[in-house]
Amino acid sequence: MSKLISDKTKAVFLGPLSKNNPITVQVLGICSALAVTAKLEPALVMGLSVTIIVAFSNVIISLLRNTIPNRIRIIVQLVVVAALVTIVSEILKAFAYDVSVQLSVYIGLIITNCILMGRLEAFAMGNKPWESFIDGLGNGFGYAWILVVVAFFRELFGSGSLFGFQIVPQAMYDAGYVNNGLMILPPMALILVACIIWVHRARNKELQEK
Amino acid sequence: MSNKLRKFVDKLKPHFSKGGKFEKLHSVFDGFETFLFVPNTTSKNGTHIHDAIDSKRTMIMVVMALVPALLFGMFNVGYQHYLAIGQEVGFWDKFLFGLLAVLPTVVVSYVVGLGIEFIIAQIKGHEIQEGFLVTGFLIPLIVPVDTPLWMVAVATAFAVIFAKEVFGGTGMNIFNVALVTRAFLFFAYPTFMSGDTVWVRVGTTFGLGGGSVVDSYSGATVLGQISVSPTSQVALTDITGNPLGFWDGFVGLIPGSVGETSVIAILLGAVLLLFTGVASWKTMFSVFAGGALIALLFNLFGPDTAAAHFPWYNHLVFGGFAFGAVFMATDPVTSARTETGKWIYGALIGAMAIIIRVLNPGYPEGMMLAILLMNIFAPLIDYYVVEANIKRRLKRAGNK
Repeated sequence: MSKLISDKTKAVFLGPLSKNNPITVQVLGICSALAVTAKLEPALVMGLSVTIIVAFSNVIISLLRNTIPNRIRIIVQLVVVAALVTIVSEILKAFAYDVSVQLSVYIGLIITNCILMGRLEAFAMGNKPWESFIDGLGNGFGYAWILVVVAFFRELFGSGSLFGFQIVPQAMYDAGYVNNGLMILPPMALILVACIIWVHRARNKELQEK
Repeated sequence: MSNKLRKFVDKLKPHFSKGGKFEKLHSVFDGFETFLFVPNTTSKNGTHIHDAIDSKRTMIMVVMALVPALLFGMFNVGYQHYLAIGQEVGFWDKFLFGLLAVLPTVVVSYVVGLGIEFIIAQIKGHEIQEGFLVTGFLIPLIVPVDTPLWMVAVATAFAVIFAKEVFGGTGMNIFNVALVTRAFLFFAYPTFMSGDTVWVRVGTTFGLGGGSVVDSYSGATVLGQISVSPTSQVALTDITGNPLGFWDGFVGLIPGSVGETSVIAILLGAVLLLFTGVASWKTMFSVFAGGALIALLFNLFGPDTAAAHFPWYNHLVFGGFAFGAVFMATDPVTSARTETGKWIYGALIGAMAIIIRVLNPGYPEGMMLAILLMNIFAPLIDYYVVEANIKRRLKRAGNK
């Protein structure tokens, strides 16, 4: 443990942000990406919640990794994730009630988010707590930035606002501009995610399938 | 004439070839040249049988088949306008009003669509593909006359990029591009694509027409009137309150999207398409048959609503049913390609369209959604038809 942040740790953190992004490359967690991205605020809160939960559940599972019997590991992982999700959900209800209402069931559904189980199985079960924590942060942020970008375009073109503040001026509405109703509907989130994947693969040729 | 044109094109050619002044515009030049003259290049190896008409000639045939619907649509736009404001004017005044009202949409759809096609062809080094000739003509015919032009532009751009180019361009698209344009408009700007204020232009067009509408005016389409009717029996009216029947729907002097109202004009196009063999009569016929059958079933056993009681023969002439059956369902790229598959594909489109109309009050017209839905299933239908054929022949071979 010479350096706190070694090159390997750095790679663990940066990988999921781009070349190994949970949404655009592994195509996990799409369901919630469609559901919560109609507005920026819930998308941001959702991204942060997932980041916190995946980071800390990674740490806890990594600490327990040598004592968990292999045959019941999924149950143990679920218990840990469910406990963290409940804590986050209660905190949101207490301190950000409006957002928690907007997110409705999707906070609870983080338990079933494939990114979490994927990271626990693929990384935390075989790595030390510090690396697991960094890996959780990286994947959480990788998930969060896609959500924020999608929500940015959906809220801007669908509602004409950002974080609830009106951005498109009234003069444009007077001139005949109309908000795009399709942006509010989930299919458009899918198309926007597809666009991000398109740009991403065009810039990273090694990701393109033959 | 044609010789002179040939010489002129040949004279220009070196400028657009490699090393010429306008090398960058090669694909544009190539597109125009092959549009004017059938290319005389032949395949270099193997034996190929070429059809006498290539896809540019096929597309032009479809455009010509659409002309009656467009001309009638233009006249009808003017007719509805002067009916709404209660003025008596001559035939040419009505036509001129409609011409000026519809022409901007045609121009916008072609400029945006072809512009994107040219740019993408240039980037990828392709030839310019001709598929947009038909799409650009269809778009103005399937939208209400009052659709704002910028919306048409946005929707056309969306459809050309996401429904066509990302799949590989002309001939590779899964969905009918013109219908994706309409679907985009329908879901993105619902207030401009449905309701009872968008189908008739009551304002002026380039200074022509205009005035206050007559007292009895109501701009709802027939299918719109049915979907909002509280009782199961509904008296259909035109925009000034006169009763409407089957023959009004057949002739088409009723409010609706520009090209969809007149079954006569659509049938003229259908005759040309069938005569030249561009469209399949099996698909066309089975759409009408499937729609008629399901509508008849609803008439006999359906729920007690106006849409279910709407006579089956009326279902076929009102709304976009006939237009969709003739020009959209038969699109050779997105429809089923096996002969048996065409029957199944067409019948399911007709059936779905009527089911959506009758059972979903949110969508008075189901033709667009029915065709888009069946576009997805066309390859699956073909797959099972081919598999069944293979099985049958294997069995026959095994019996010997």
